[in-house]
Amino acid sequence: MYFNPRIEQKIVRTVLWLFTFITVAILVFIVVFILRKGLPVVNWEFLSRNPLDMGKAGGVFSTIVGTIALTLMALVVATPLGVGTAIFLTEYTFENRLTRIIRFGAECLAGIPSIIFGLFGFILFVTKLKFGWSILSGGLTLAFMILPTIIRTSEEAIRSVPESYRQVSFSLGSTKWQTVSRVVLPSALPGIVTGVILSIGRSIGETAAVIFTAGSVLRLPSSIFSSSRTMAVHFYILAREGISMPMAYGTAAILVIAILVINLATYYLMEKFIRRYS
Amino acid sequence: MKKHHLERNEKLTRFTLLLIAFSAVTILAVITIFIFAEGTPIMLRYGVKKFLLGLDWYPTEKSFGLLPMIAGSLMVTLGALVLGVPFGLACAIFLTEFSSKRLRRVIKPVIELLAGIPSVVYGFMGVVILVPFIRETFGGPGLSVLAASIILGIMILPTIISISIDSLLAVPSTYRDGSIAMGATRWQTVRMVLLPAARSGIIASIILGMGRAIGETMAVIMIAGNAISIPGSILAPVRTLTSNIALEMGYASGEHREALFATGVILFIIIMILNTLANITSAKRARKK
Repeated sequence: MYFNPRIEQKIVRTVLWLFTFITVAILVFIVVFILRKGLPVVNWEFLSRNPLDMGKAGGVFSTIVGTIALTLMALVVATPLGVGTAIFLTEYTFENRLTRIIRFGAECLAGIPSIIFGLFGFILFVTKLKFGWSILSGGLTLAFMILPTIIRTSEEAIRSVPESYRQVSFSLGSTKWQTVSRVVLPSALPGIVTGVILSIGRSIGETAAVIFTAGSVLRLPSSIFSSSRTMAVHFYILAREGISMPMAYGTAAILVIAILVINLATYYLMEKFIRRYS
Repeated sequence: MKKHHLERNEKLTRFTLLLIAFSAVTILAVITIFIFAEGTPIMLRYGVKKFLLGLDWYPTEKSFGLLPMIAGSLMVTLGALVLGVPFGLACAIFLTEFSSKRLRRVIKPVIELLAGIPSVVYGFMGVVILVPFIRETFGGPGLSVLAASIILGIMILPTIISISIDSLLAVPSTYRDGSIAMGATRWQTVRMVLLPAARSGIIASIILGMGRAIGETMAVIMIAGNAISIPGSILAPVRTLTSNIALEMGYASGEHREALFATGVILFIIIMILNTLANITSAKRARKK
């Protein structure tokens, strides 16, 4: 069968457009569905009170605190490691076998499923190091998970700082580290922050790695050694054990709003960053 | 004197950064060692063949056959690819070759948002929308290979789309211009010039999507039904390697827990093979350039 190429092109174009439209429609549907069912539940009471009766009543306050504590813990550990790796890869070496090994390691780490991180965190932090189910164990596990993201985005950000900035700094007599810390890093900061915000998004939504390392205690955590339940874990337990659908929808709505805000923030920062250097 | 001091500091900084740079590799090594140290002894004790090909999983009675879960993981991953690859490629081609720049600027962040939505939310959407729909339309329990494949297919879209877009954009514009100048339509250019030129990047995107589908846990647990048997149809429930670990980790102890780590070892090996394949294909692309 012979098709006129122009008609063929029109057909293909329509089909491709339709596929893209369906993809976008699925996303819009998920977001709108969760927000429509969940937002009526969300009010000040819901945000500021602790869960009561396994989560059937009350709010989600302790899980919000748990999520923030775990995410902060992960960032405190992963950001210096990630940015340090990126600085080394871009400023202190050239492409050789060593950088290939480092990059391969980071890429492999990025591909490891979260359940494996959960198993590992459980055996090392919870059992072997005796941290128990705690914010410390969960935070360290999450830190390992988000490390590749921070390395990759920081490296891109540092690379996009124009070479002339460095040359001017060197010509003024500054050392390598002075150039990096006072010229390169400040210029690359928006890009690095983008990576950090992306990692926050990943930490907030993570369940499999967190449930086996931070546990699922509903009480308000008192130190980094107390077990804590994150919003994502709380949502999973509410939905899976059928404890309370309205509460599940409410928690999901907060999660989705957090992810929306995070994506908007990264998008805005990226745009600004790209405009500055192009 | 001052200069000497600064130089020594420089050396120290470089050394510290070198140590930090090895953190990712070190973490990868430590994870590998711990998972294997926990999981392989029991496999060797009962025989690797029994683990890989055994059909019965009764961990409390020392029967550790993982074949149903291996088959389950492969089936839902294949299903996810059947749905995700055409959609993902179509989006990538549409966004790079057929859409206006403005439309791309709107749609790309939307697709990135798709990647940011937590997997539990996808699982939940599966439970409240997809599973009842499948149950009423096609019969069966609804919790099935089909449900898991559809949700995983959506979840791997961002991976496939963003890497395919990158590799399509990386094709030199002279190829495109040359083809158009010869009188080819845009679609002919895509089909005969761009897709072959971007092939290795697209293949890498599919392999990485595959890795994502095999490794996904929470969404699959919620919608796949988790029955331990090789599914006879796409409407039958299924348990994957990841769900097997997550479902039983909470209460397992002794040999049962070791067997779950053995499940992790098998998952880990599959993922590492996929990672290496993706790495080789993209390295090939880099060399060609």
